[in-house]
Amino acid sequence: MMTVTGLTLKNPTVLAAGILGTTGASLLRVARGGAGAVVTKSIGCAPNVGHPNPSMVETECGFLNAMGLPNPGYRNYREELSVVRGGRGTGGVGGTGTAEVPVIASVFGADAREFSDVASGLSDLADAIELNLSCPHADRYGASIGIDPALVLEITSAVKDVAPVPVWVKLTPNVTDITEIGLAAEEGGADAVVAINTVRAMAIDIESGVPILGNRFGGLSGAAIKPIAVKSVYDLYGALDIPIIGVGGISCWQDAIEMILAGACAVQIGSAVHNGISVFRDVADGIAEYCHAHGCTVDELCGIAHQR
Amino acid sequence: MKPVNATIIEIRNETPSVRSFVFDVSFDFTPGQYVMVWIRGIDEIPMSLSDHNTITVQNVGDATSALFRLVIGDTVGLRGPYGNGFDLHDPVLLVAGGVGAAPLAPLAEAATGQGFDVLTLIGARTGSELLFQRRFEVAGAVRIATDDGSAGFHGLVTDLNEIADGRTSRHIYSCGPEQMMYALLQRLDEQAIERARFSLHRHIKCGLGICGACCIDPSGARACVDGPVFRGAALVDSEFGRYRRGADGVRIRL
Ligand SMILES: Cc1cc2nc3c(=O)[nH]c(=O)nc-3n(C[C@H](O)[C@H](O)[C@H](O)COP(=O)(O)OP(=O)(O)OC[C@H]3O[C@@H](n4cnc5c(N)ncnc54)[C@H](O)[C@@H]3O)c2cc1C
Ligand SMILES: Cc1cc2nc3c(=O)[nH]c(=O)nc-3n(C[C@H](O)[C@H](O)[C@H](O)COP(=O)(O)O)c2cc1C
Repeated sequence: MMTVTGLTLKNPTVLAAGILGTTGASLLRVARGGAGAVVTKSIGCAPNVGHPNPSMVETECGFLNAMGLPNPGYRNYREELSVVRGGRGTGGVGGTGTAEVPVIASVFGADAREFSDVASGLSDLADAIELNLSCPHADRYGASIGIDPALVLEITSAVKDVAPVPVWVKLTPNVTDITEIGLAAEEGGADAVVAINTVRAMAIDIESGVPILGNRFGGLSGAAIKPIAVKSVYDLYGALDIPIIGVGGISCWQDAIEMILAGACAVQIGSAVHNGISVFRDVADGIAEYCHAHGCTVDELCGIAHQR
Repeated sequence: MKPVNATIIEIRNETPSVRSFVFDVSFDFTPGQYVMVWIRGIDEIPMSLSDHNTITVQNVGDATSALFRLVIGDTVGLRGPYGNGFDLHDPVLLVAGGVGAAPLAPLAEAATGQGFDVLTLIGARTGSELLFQRRFEVAGAVRIATDDGSAGFHGLVTDLNEIADGRTSRHIYSCGPEQMMYALLQRLDEQAIERARFSLHRHIKCGLGICGACCIDPSGARACVDGPVFRGAALVDSEFGRYRRGADGVRIRL
């Protein structure tokens, strides 16, 4: 057991936003599969189908995606969150049981007003709110906002004003200095930052010369971005007082420990669900064994690399 | 994997609304598995393999009509095969509706290849839309039902005598419109449900089990990697036959 921004986690592995988070039943499945907490798909004001397919492709070193923030809009998504709480959803068949782990609602919007509307529209069903200020491939949303410290500060404080639950701010690595954005989130009242979202990237079909993703470019996740994520978390730990949740390329307990040593108090896992949802249990067990062998807690390991 | 470049080497008109596209790329596959077909600049959509190098497509919208505009020598991108196919057990009962015959025809051939007994029930709107009737006849006995009575039994494939009472000692493999498959599931007795498998149509985006667009309630199973073939018992009291989700995740009543 551990606490992150007041939430109790049975282990430090968290399902990352936008992965298996479209439905309440899917979040329940991941929670049952061993995750310490789950984050939803990023939810906005209105239903959105996202970018045309291909929206995801496997590359030689990771995954490239441009989903384009598909989501049913927060009013419809309340049904999915109610399923996570053990309900059936109107006219639905529900899920299996209730999430016995914290559920964090990821939200996005075009401006502070939209972020606040979505956050307040979901906060009664969520244990925390995560602000997606970092999606690299959705016009006007995400990273186009998340690269501007003034907007990050404004949006974070606007959501803090309306949300009765902790607010996490998810950062983009597609900036010159991620700590500048992290500090803006902290100043806006963020309870934690989450680093990193995907790294801007593209792939081109060599037979036709056509960019593979329907959106032409997208964001890279998976093994290739882990060193970028480690450096981002390391830098943020040196600059911020609030906790950092590390994400990017984690697929085994060794990756998670590395992220924790860099300064993460917990880790999120996304693309690695490709190899099985059991990744959460495996990583959590590996972290526990490592802690046992070294006679320390995750808290004590957090940021140790800064002293070495 | 990235999409593999595939050239169309043959196009066959199977019915007035269904065409097969044969590629110069072939896959080692289990019937029921699918490939993601990238029509460049348009969309990428899931299609069952109806043979090791063939997809069989009904023209229903943007991407499928773009496919229908392609000619021999044109290319698409293919990745796969993906998902869990059908696991075969003797004796076999295939229940096909419309273009749902696409994954079942290679299954019929695999079954006869193993010496299994195959009985196929094919349903279609009208006689000319019956798909792969010959292939099923070569594999075993065939019964036909059409909505307009223009061929075989006048009515639903699920009302054919072979299945109407919901009891059969055969292993059932079904693909077709969800209303048809749901009617079949509802009709089957408990033992038959245990031995039944259904191939589901859900909105597949990544095909990799990562994005979560195709998850079904209440299990949270992903149609793209845990499916598209599900056992009947896994579908009882589920969203199957009731609703599915669109590309935006909004529920659509069936
Ligand atoms: C595992 C699987 C195997 C399939 N096999 C075949 C087959 O062998 N032959 C065949 O003709 N059809 C098959 N389909 C259905 C086929 O994928 C859709 O008909 C096709 O995607 C329609 O695309 P469209 O742009 O022409 O139609 P649209 O105008 O986009 O929509 C028509 C319908 O197709 C659905 N659709 C659109 N995009 C997708 C998508 N990415 N995934 C799933 N559904 C989608 C829509 O929800 C809608 O119901 C299969 C579907 C799945 C999930
Ligand atoms: C298919 C896909 C969809 C994603 N959707 C979102 C999203 O909606 N909101 C968000 O904040 N991050 C989203 N992300 C980013 C992930 O949450 C995560 O930050 C990133 O993938 C790096 O972690 P990983 O390497 O473990 O996947 C998405 C990533 C992928 C691969």
